[in-house]
Amino acid sequence: MEKNRVVCLITLVSDNIDSYMFHTPNIRWTVLQAQAMGIPLLSWPTKGQKEEELQDLKAAIAEAKIRYGIEGVVTGAIESVYQAARVQRICRDLDLWCFNPIWQINQVDYLQLLLSFGFEIIISGVFAYPLDESWLGAILTEDLILKLKVLEEKYLINPSGEGGELETFVIDGPPFKKRIEILKASIAYQNYRGHFQILDARLAEK
Amino acid sequence: MILLLDLCYERETLSKYEFVYPIADTLKRAGARFEIQHFTQADERKQEEYSKIILCGTALKDNAYSKRLDLFSWLKTCEKPVLGICAGMQVIGSVFGGCMVSQMAIGLETLEILAATPLLGEPRQIQVYHLHNFGVTMPEGFLLAAGSAAFVKAFRHREKPIYGIIFHPEVRNRWVLERFLKL
Repeated sequence: MEKNRVVCLITLVSDNIDSYMFHTPNIRWTVLQAQAMGIPLLSWPTKGQKEEELQDLKAAIAEAKIRYGIEGVVTGAIESVYQAARVQRICRDLDLWCFNPIWQINQVDYLQLLLSFGFEIIISGVFAYPLDESWLGAILTEDLILKLKVLEEKYLINPSGEGGELETFVIDGPPFKKRIEILKASIAYQNYRGHFQILDARLAEK
Repeated sequence: MILLLDLCYERETLSKYEFVYPIADTLKRAGARFEIQHFTQADERKQEEYSKIILCGTALKDNAYSKRLDLFSWLKTCEKPVLGICAGMQVIGSVFGGCMVSQMAIGLETLEILAATPLLGEPRQIQVYHLHNFGVTMPEGFLLAAGSAAFVKAFRHREKPIYGIIFHPEVRNRWVLERFLKL
């Protein structure tokens, strides 16, 4: 591989909102992220049953190899050996490169790096004490990162949500030719578990 | 000053973020000074300037380093502490007479440390992360520290502070790198 070019996004749409492997909040809106980047989205269904869902991931990646000629996969794994090892095995089986460019990165450094690059990110789910309703739909800022750093020290929260403590959704960033504008959303929250669900959104000029 | 050798298939790859920078981050947090060089660019004459050398790992699909073992012949006369991680261990083993063998492992494993070494400490069990398609047979003049003759997982030179570990210490075992800094 002489250079790396992102040719498609792959999204696994899980019936199980508590999937071990896959991100689920607002997953159907990844179609706008792909459109914003000007590349196709390969959206693949899965029932989200532990280990069986890996066969669905493998089938999706195999399809991307056929359809778009991918030579490798880039993941966002940071700490999860469970996820990283499984994607590595799938790539090995399919004779593909596997890249994990943020593997083992310091999570606070990573969030700050995203802001410095100009990514705009919202908190789309909270699933751990003491993350309350006020976090849902909030834009990630320097102040919020500092709060997450404090929560890491006090409650062992993973600042980037690597342990499933929180989920995020990117609405703008350097690879986006347009930004995502959220038109309508709802919040469901109870006992430190909540979702910011996007109900309507569109692409808008930057 | 410590030399971190990037063994990835070419300079400035995405793999560098995965296999070199986490090692660099550990050294930085431990207060150590270091330089990163790609193995094809490393200046043999300059290596005298470094106090220690670390040979980093590579992606599962990347074994380009094994085609350029001539670039590592300096290891034979090196007296400095050297740590080879995964691909780096395969390089050390090959330079000292071992052979690379097909040996795939991905994920966590309980590793039994068989012999006490300044790098890994006393014999005991530890959890380690593997990511490799190849291993290496025991080279002459080395002692087995973990694994078996059929699946060598850690070794050290009998007389020099040269070590190889097949697992990735940047995952859950950064203490290995911190101990290496103290050798």
